[in-house]
Amino acid sequence: MSTPVLDVKGLAFAYPDGHQALFGVDLHVHRGERVALLGPNGAGKTTLVLHLNGILTAGAGSVAVSGLPVTRDNLMEIRRRVGVVFQDPDDQLFMPTVRADVEFGPANLGLRGQALERRVLDALDRVGMVDFIDRPPHHLSFGQRRRVAVATVLAMEPEVLVLDEPSSNLDPASRRELADIIRTLDVTVLMVTHDLPYAYELCPRSVVLSDGVIVADDATREVLTDDALMAAHRLELPFGFDPRTIPAP
Amino acid sequence: MGAGHGHHLHFHGHSRVHHLPAHVKLVTLLTFVVAVVLTPRTAYWAYGVHLLLVLVAQRASRVPFGYFAKRMVVETPFVVFALLVPFVATGPTVSVGPLDLSRPGLESAWALLAKGTLGVMASLVVATTTEPRHVVAGLEKLRLPNLLVQIMGFMVRYLEVVTGELARMRIARESRGFRARSFRAWPSLASTAGALFIRSYERGERVHLAMLARGYQGQLPVTHPLTATPAQWRVAGAIPGIAVLTLLAAVAL
Ligand SMILES: Nc1ncnc2c1ncn2[C@@H]1O[C@H](COP(=O)(O)OP(=O)(O)OP(=O)(O)O)[C@@H](O)[C@H]1O
Ligand SMILES: [Mg+2]
Repeated sequence: MSTPVLDVKGLAFAYPDGHQALFGVDLHVHRGERVALLGPNGAGKTTLVLHLNGILTAGAGSVAVSGLPVTRDNLMEIRRRVGVVFQDPDDQLFMPTVRADVEFGPANLGLRGQALERRVLDALDRVGMVDFIDRPPHHLSFGQRRRVAVATVLAMEPEVLVLDEPSSNLDPASRRELADIIRTLDVTVLMVTHDLPYAYELCPRSVVLSDGVIVADDATREVLTDDALMAAHRLELPFGFDPRTIPAP
Repeated sequence: MGAGHGHHLHFHGHSRVHHLPAHVKLVTLLTFVVAVVLTPRTAYWAYGVHLLLVLVAQRASRVPFGYFAKRMVVETPFVVFALLVPFVATGPTVSVGPLDLSRPGLESAWALLAKGTLGVMASLVVATTTEPRHVVAGLEKLRLPNLLVQIMGFMVRYLEVVTGELARMRIARESRGFRARSFRAWPSLASTAGALFIRSYERGERVHLAMLARGYQGQLPVTHPLTATPAQWRVAGAIPGIAVLTLLAAVAL
């Protein structure tokens, strides 16, 4: 088998205050896959995500991206390869205009002029936000900000896109539009979510993280229909949603 | 689009003054204000010229004069102070009706009012025609230390986020029956301020993470360097140029 895009081995991590959040996580994601990362509040999902691009450094174990280990020397290249869209778009959009924000990443990679402009327009086009290019981010709706946040990361042309709760706080139409965008992207996706129908719709494979360990890694349909597993890890399907009666997309 | 994007000073428009690069306007403003401050207080005609210059720039900006005038209230404290000076200052006096006013006091009051008003007006011409983020870009172009520029840039970006957070906290307080009526409300207000500080601090940390995630290494990339044509420098430079000539004439006479 080819080198996995994401290769996490025996990853353990404790926060400086001593709280141990991850206890030996193993995870492999291959090129072109879309994987959902499920788990209750406080399971360690965000902590795991922050290791994938080297913002947190492994206490034990290792993380590699397309064969390149996440170490201090490789940080720039790792951050080009792994694009993280954070939970709150107000944290992600820190520049005064949409354009400046989308430029930020590729400009840090050294792009200027025409090449930079093309990247920015292309990324905004993929999320349908080109018309908002000169607006300040804080005057956009929440759903629009989430889309711009995705564009800021797409502009870096990452090999893998990591989304932390992409559907949270979106109205149903924005939620569906974002799903359409994610489906058209030609990148590997790891999606942290509490929205189980969303995971079912978009990700053929799901991984469950609970109390800092991976407790399941299977087809999303199998995970969601394993009642014992679901109950043991505080995962609940929303009222009226039954994957058994809905054909896999 | 109406009056800008909710920023209180900037007035959206497409005049020649709006289109001047921010750093040109900042240099113009600074030179003009220095010339005004150095003008001898008794050279009254020179102040007339300065006022004319500001008014020309103001009209060229096509910002409605009413909008402009309303924003001059920031000057009120100076006006009050200037009005008091003739009463409290000492020295030879002049009689105005039943009042004995100090002559040096009157002169200082006049100087304070004239210089203050001209300074405020000139700053407002720049502020009403330049978005805050462009002011920041202009300062960067003028080689202000990068760290200061970044701090100001983030202030501009997050001011609305923080005031929004403050407004949400106020709504949360008031919907639970709180009213800031007496000093007994101070502890709640103080804890709101504390909570706001913590929230802003933690947001700062999260923003920093998001910046690192996109390859930030301590310097904001300069993607669109500001440039000014010689013609733009000439147009903008005319105003402080005349002001400086006026100053020289006033000193020489
Ligand atoms: N900065 C921190 N310092 C100390 N402990 C932390 C810190 N951030 C998170 N934790 C703890 O680490 C554990 C994992 O947190 P994490 O944010 O990764 O959970 P999560 O799975 O993303 O949860 P959620 O679904 O609520 O977003 C939690 O118990 C949390 O309290
Ligand atoms: Mg989380």
